[in-house]
Amino acid sequence: MTSVHAWSYWLIGRIDWHSFAFVRAWRDPSLSEIIAAGAAALVVIGALAVIGGVTWLGKWRYLWKEWLTSVDHKKIGIMYVVIALVMLTRALIEAVLMRTQQAIAVNHSGILSPEHFGQLFSTHGSIMIFFMAMPFLTGLINYVMPLQIGARDVAFPVMNSISLGLTAAGAAIMMVSLVIGKFSTGGWSGYPPYTEMAFNSGVGPDYWIWAVTLSSIGTTMTGINFAVTIYKLRTAGMHLFRMPLFCWTSLCTSILMIFAMPPLTLATLMLALDRYLDFHFFTNDLGGNMMNYANLFWLFGHPEVYILILPAFGVYSEVISTFATKQLYGYKSLVYATMAIAVLSFTVWLHHFFTMGQNANINAFFGIATMTIGIPTGVKVYDWILTMYRGRVRFTVPMLYAIAFIVTFVIGGMSGIILAIPPLDYVVHNTLFLVAHFHNMLIPGLLYGMIAGYQFWFPKAFGFRLDERWGRISFACWVTGFYLAFMPLYVLGAMGMPRRMAAVFQPEYRPWLLIAGLGGFVLLAALASLFVQLWVSVRKREENRVFVGDPWDSRALEWSVSAPPPEFNFATLPEVRGPDAFGGVKERKQAYLPPPRYGDIEMPANSTLGPVLGIAGGAVAFGLVWYIWWLAIVGMLICIGAVIAGSFRRDTHRTIPADEVAETIGHWLSRAAEARAIPRPLETTSANQGLAESAT
Amino acid sequence: MSANELKHAGINLGHADPLLHERAGAEVFGFWVFLMSDAVIFALLFATYGVMLPRTAGGPTPHEVYEIKSAFTETLVLLLSSFTYGMASLAMKYEHRQHRLQQWLVVTLALGLAFIAMEIHDFWKMFGENATPQRSGFLSSFYALVPTHMLHVTTGCIWIVVLLAQLRRFGIDARNKLNVLRLGLFWHFLDIVWVAIFSVVYLQGLAK
Repeated sequence: MTSVHAWSYWLIGRIDWHSFAFVRAWRDPSLSEIIAAGAAALVVIGALAVIGGVTWLGKWRYLWKEWLTSVDHKKIGIMYVVIALVMLTRALIEAVLMRTQQAIAVNHSGILSPEHFGQLFSTHGSIMIFFMAMPFLTGLINYVMPLQIGARDVAFPVMNSISLGLTAAGAAIMMVSLVIGKFSTGGWSGYPPYTEMAFNSGVGPDYWIWAVTLSSIGTTMTGINFAVTIYKLRTAGMHLFRMPLFCWTSLCTSILMIFAMPPLTLATLMLALDRYLDFHFFTNDLGGNMMNYANLFWLFGHPEVYILILPAFGVYSEVISTFATKQLYGYKSLVYATMAIAVLSFTVWLHHFFTMGQNANINAFFGIATMTIGIPTGVKVYDWILTMYRGRVRFTVPMLYAIAFIVTFVIGGMSGIILAIPPLDYVVHNTLFLVAHFHNMLIPGLLYGMIAGYQFWFPKAFGFRLDERWGRISFACWVTGFYLAFMPLYVLGAMGMPRRMAAVFQPEYRPWLLIAGLGGFVLLAALASLFVQLWVSVRKREENRVFVGDPWDSRALEWSVSAPPPEFNFATLPEVRGPDAFGGVKERKQAYLPPPRYGDIEMPANSTLGPVLGIAGGAVAFGLVWYIWWLAIVGMLICIGAVIAGSFRRDTHRTIPADEVAETIGHWLSRAAEARAIPRPLETTSANQGLAESAT
Repeated sequence: MSANELKHAGINLGHADPLLHERAGAEVFGFWVFLMSDAVIFALLFATYGVMLPRTAGGPTPHEVYEIKSAFTETLVLLLSSFTYGMASLAMKYEHRQHRLQQWLVVTLALGLAFIAMEIHDFWKMFGENATPQRSGFLSSFYALVPTHMLHVTTGCIWIVVLLAQLRRFGIDARNKLNVLRLGLFWHFLDIVWVAIFSVVYLQGLAK
């Protein structure tokens, strides 16, 4: 066909009418295709609504100057979380579709074609990992970590914006794949040889390769950025062992990113070489070896699990110590446990393929190594419990998530120990038991943590608290939904139901699949109520303002500044005298004092490099997916040219004059002086203006 | 801390700006960290090469296609370029003379380009003997490892050109000093990787 349409091939590569979801649904109006076209329509309508809305409000200039080109770590953090929430919505809807399909498709073909179902589990997994979890945790770390260590920004602010641009480009590629073309059916791990040209010559695996590659390059840079920030930009007196635990988990996560993302980049690029240039890394013929892919992928894949979970551990540590009104129990043991987990995470990757042919001794080694990780994790769980012990626990929304996490995560850990025993793994591998297990780890170990962090730090970022009632409703739905949706999968797995099945023929599975399907809808309700909470909170923002900045009576430095914090974070960089930096300041009754003097502050200036590289990088990816070579080349040249042009820029800073700093801080301090300090039980009422009784 | 203590080895950023020294510390450290993650890439390419080495699929074997003489000359050229780059760094640090720095950078660039040209010639010859990456898993892994290094050297050459342009435009300012330092790390790093390539790929290929 390409030779017939040579002219159009040069221009638009292998795109044809049939590539569009709408056209496919027009020609073959089956329910499955109509659902696909509906999803495509949602993407198009969503994009048009955003473009139209911004134009209607006349906010393009504002969006460009204040957000897209901003290198402020706080704004970049917020943009990451926005991406995460958008992608979470899509991937959760996909999950509900899959649960519905499986609930219906017992002795029946259901509502989705097998191919559509394959695309759904591939996009669901890829999005949840690369475009929900990663942006969410990167966003939280971006926002909170520099404030916690007393820095004004990250070490490489422009690179931070580039990372965001590349991640956004990857997410956009995922979205485009709904409208034009089809996504991979090879799962989130994209195993060859199935994803090789010989079996999958369409665009699906290419979409997967380039979306993931964009994200992995962005994440590597993020890791470098965070690690250097923590090592080099801590304020005076902020020794490593005085850092809040969230900074420790951020540090370990960053180190894991630096070491674990390259294997992924390499694996996807080698797969790309196989597909595009007929190399033979992972093919069946001419000396290819797919086991090498499995090793490379999981050399990334297992540390990735801890990249995801560690930041949530950090959030829980902050939340539990704040709302148990106590210092964190066993701070040092928590730090060592975090480090131990980070190191051990590189020694267990083989447990992802116990059944793929290596000998029993190797399996035994990796099985034992896997179980070893349970030890530091156990230390952490006990530390959190002991932090609550004899504390005055306040059951706010983030705290509820923390408690639900402890219980649920331990259950998931137990099933992990089962899977770590190779003979047992042989029995349940590739069944829903495994699906239940990793959701049982990642939903409490990542999602609850991210939502808890979002609830906890939202008042810091936007200056008003989130609505408590809707927060509790949402929490109840997330927890009930989780248990309903995933506990049945353990049973089904033990009954032998394989994962990734579009249809099954065993009527005895049906009741469990129905319960799991119901759970899916409860989870959807949970997400909906999270958005309702946001809506309600924005409407009631005036009565929930916490401008003074310390709504939860917490002890880390981010609470020592106004909410939202000024652009420069700190008028003068704070000096830290012990652990729980701000807690110490409050104890000494030195909070909310004006600094001895105000000086000019140098901040990094806006840069267009991030959005330019994001757009150009996305264009390269799209061009490569569709064989639109000119687009790929132009995009690549723009990337290189932009970086070189950017390096000629010398005025990369702008100065905030001392007067402006004095005015900003003065305004905040006068409001702090007027505010009424509240005791802890009143923190969820509108009496809370962000000034805690302990500070006065 | 005084400005002296913060001074990073190898750069003189002037005497009166401790803040600059502090920034330099973070920027150079960041580059080290980047090199570390780049080293992971090379480590895995080496590992892949090791796995694929016996998988010649009836095609050319290492012994048949490697040109040890040519590889040895390339080694000498690249090592020499590392030496000339070192001279460039010394010119910046002790002589404070821009044209001397530029001269050494140009020499390094010439050696880098010569290295690339020789490698391309090698690949060209291999292609002529039907030793293409499409032929076997072994050759795929060879063409993943060695050209990745070449791509790095190419990047380094482009960087030298950009740096020369910036030296002309801005003189030896703080940013350029930092970039000379970082490019130096990059260049020497590529040297080390090449030594590993020479030993693991070419010398091992000889031993058959």
